[in-house]
Amino acid sequence: MAHAHDSSSERPAILDKVRPAELPRSPLILNNRGFHWITDKVCGIVEEETPLWWKVMFGVALFVASFTFIGLGYLVSTGTGTWGLRSPVGWGWAIVNFVFWVGIGHAGTLISAILCLLRQKWRTSINRAAEAMTIFAVCCAGLFPLFHVGRVWFGWWLFPLPNQNGIWPQFRSPLEWDVFAVSTYFTVSTLFWYMGMIPDLGAIRDRATTWWRKAFYSLLAMGWRGGNRQWSNFEMAYLLLAGLSTPLVLSVHTIVSFDFAVSNVPGWHTTIFPPYFVAGAIFSGFAMVLTLMLPLRAIYRLHDVINQYHIDNMCKIILATGTMVGYAYATEFFIAAYSGNSFEKFAFVNRAFGQYAWAYWIMVSCNVITPQLFWFKKVRENHSWVWIICLFVNVGMWFERFVITITSLANDYLPSSWGYYSPTIVDIFTFFGTFGFFSVLFLLFVRFLPLLPMAEVKMVAPQADPHAH
Amino acid sequence: MNERNERIHGVACTFRKVSDVFHAAEKVRDAGWKNWDVHTPFPIHGMDQAMGLPRSPVPRLTLLGGVTGFITGCLLTWYTNSYDYPLIVGGKPYWSVIFPFPVLYECTILFAAFGTFFGQFIFNRLPRHNHPLFDLPNFARVSDDTFMIVLEARDPRFHLDESRNFLQSLGGQEITVIRD
Repeated sequence: MAHAHDSSSERPAILDKVRPAELPRSPLILNNRGFHWITDKVCGIVEEETPLWWKVMFGVALFVASFTFIGLGYLVSTGTGTWGLRSPVGWGWAIVNFVFWVGIGHAGTLISAILCLLRQKWRTSINRAAEAMTIFAVCCAGLFPLFHVGRVWFGWWLFPLPNQNGIWPQFRSPLEWDVFAVSTYFTVSTLFWYMGMIPDLGAIRDRATTWWRKAFYSLLAMGWRGGNRQWSNFEMAYLLLAGLSTPLVLSVHTIVSFDFAVSNVPGWHTTIFPPYFVAGAIFSGFAMVLTLMLPLRAIYRLHDVINQYHIDNMCKIILATGTMVGYAYATEFFIAAYSGNSFEKFAFVNRAFGQYAWAYWIMVSCNVITPQLFWFKKVRENHSWVWIICLFVNVGMWFERFVITITSLANDYLPSSWGYYSPTIVDIFTFFGTFGFFSVLFLLFVRFLPLLPMAEVKMVAPQADPHAH
Repeated sequence: MNERNERIHGVACTFRKVSDVFHAAEKVRDAGWKNWDVHTPFPIHGMDQAMGLPRSPVPRLTLLGGVTGFITGCLLTWYTNSYDYPLIVGGKPYWSVIFPFPVLYECTILFAAFGTFFGQFIFNRLPRHNHPLFDLPNFARVSDDTFMIVLEARDPRFHLDESRNFLQSLGGQEITVIRD
C-alpha cells in the first residue's frame, strides 16, 4: 500500500507503456454537500416539528404493538397451553420468532463492526440506523424465550443468581449459552451504538434552542468537546468495540444454531448449522435495513448521502448471502443422502415433499430465487422492486426457521408419535404485534436521536482530507 | 505564570478548512506546546501525528476487561456447577474449560467491551458538563463545520499576548480568550 502511494512521485516506467485506466471510486456524498449541510440535514430531523406522517405511523405502531401485549397478557394469565405447543412439537412459533428477530439484528452489527474493520466507507451513512435496528430486533427476540419459560416471573432463574432453591443454571445446556450470547449481544450492541452517537448528540446539544432540548442532549452527550485528544481515545475505543463485536456477532448466531445442532433430532443435528445460520442472519438483516432505509431516505430526502452506490452494495450482499443460503440448503440434502442414515434422509425428503412442503417451497422461492433478480442493474436501480424483494426475503427467512423447527419435530423417529402443528390465534397475535413494538422503538429513535452518524459522514467527505488540493 | 493568567483557561482561534487547521497543528507541535488541543467536528485523518499524540491508552483497559471476563466466567461456571452444587450431566466432568466455553467467550467479550467503553470515558475525563470552552459563543460551531485550536494557560509556554500573536501567525481567525 505504502509503495503504491509513493508511486505518484516516481512512476514506474511500465505505467507509461501500459497506461492503466483511471478507475474512479463512486462518490459517497453527492452534489458536493458541505459539512454544514450534513449537520443541518441530520439535526433538522430532530429539530423540526413532529411531522404528521410520524404521528400517524406512531399511532398505528402502538396499535399493532398492543397485539403482542394482549397476546402475552392472555398467555401469562392462562398458561402456555394457549400457544399451539403440544406433543410432538414442543417448540413452535416462539423459537421461530426468536431466531427470526435475532437474525434481523445481525446486519446492524455487520455494518457497524465488520464493514468498519474492512474499511468499507459506504457503511457510514447507514450504520446508525442499522445498529438501532439491531437493538430493537433483539428486544423483540428476547420477548419469546422469556415468555416461553411459562412462569415468566421466574425468568430470572435463567441467570446465575442465588435463589431460594439453592440451585444454579446448568452450563452444559445450549439454551444457557444462548442466555449469555443474547444478553451479551444486546449489551455490547447498545454500548457500541451509544458510544458512536456521543459526538452527534453533542452537535444537537450545541444547536439546541429550547432549555429542555439542551438539558436532554447535554445529559446524553456527556460533555463531549470534540478535542482531538478525545477523538484519539474515541477512535481507538470505537475500533476496539468493532473488533469485539465481530467475533461476538458470529458467535451469537452460532450459539443460536447450537440450540438445534447440539440435539439429536434428524434435520437439526448437523455441523453446517453455524455458518448457515450466520449467512441467513446477515441476509435477512440487510433486507430489513433496506426495508427501513428506503422509505426514510425518501421521506427525509437523504438521496445525497444514501445514494445508489449504497443501495447497490446492500443488494449485492443480499444476493451473495441469499446464494450462500441456497447452497447450504443443497448441501444439507447432499449430506443427508450421503450419510446413509435413514432418519436423516427421511427428514429432508419430508421437508421438501411432506406435509410442510408448502412452507419449504415458500422458503426456497423467497430466499434463493427472488434475490437472483439483484443480478440485474435495472432491478437494483428500481427502488420499489428492491423494497418488494426485501419483503420477500424477510418472509422467506421467517419460513426458513419455521421449516427447520417444525418439520423436524413433527415427523421424527417414530411414526406413531408424528403430528401436525398449527399455531393458535394467540401465537399469531403475539408475533404480529412485535412488528408494532419494533416500529414504536424505531420511530422514537428516528424522532429523537441522530439518524445518520454526522461525524462519520463528514469524515468520508472529500473536503475532510487534510491533504486535499 | 503571572497573576493575570490564573483566571484564564487559554486562548482559542478558529479555522474554516481542514488543511489549514492541520498545518497549523503541525506548527504548534513543532513549537513544543504540551497543553493544547484541536477541536473538530469529526476525527481528522492523521491529526494524531500532526499533534504528536502518543497511542491511546484505551486498549490497556480492554485487555484488563477481557482477562477479568474470562476469569469471571471460569469462576462462575466452576463455582455453580462444580463446587456449590456439583451436578452430573451426560457423564461430563464437573468442570472443564470445554463445555462452558461459549459462556467464557461471551463473558470475555462483555467485560472487554465494558473496559473499552468506560476506558474511553476515563481517559477522556468525561462526563464533564462545566468546561470553560462551553462558554465560548463560537464553540457551538465546532460540532458543525468549524475547527478550533486551543492553547491552554497551564502550558509553561503560555503568555497571553505572545500566544495570541502565535495563533494569528498560524492564520487563525476569531482569536478569543477563554476565561475559567
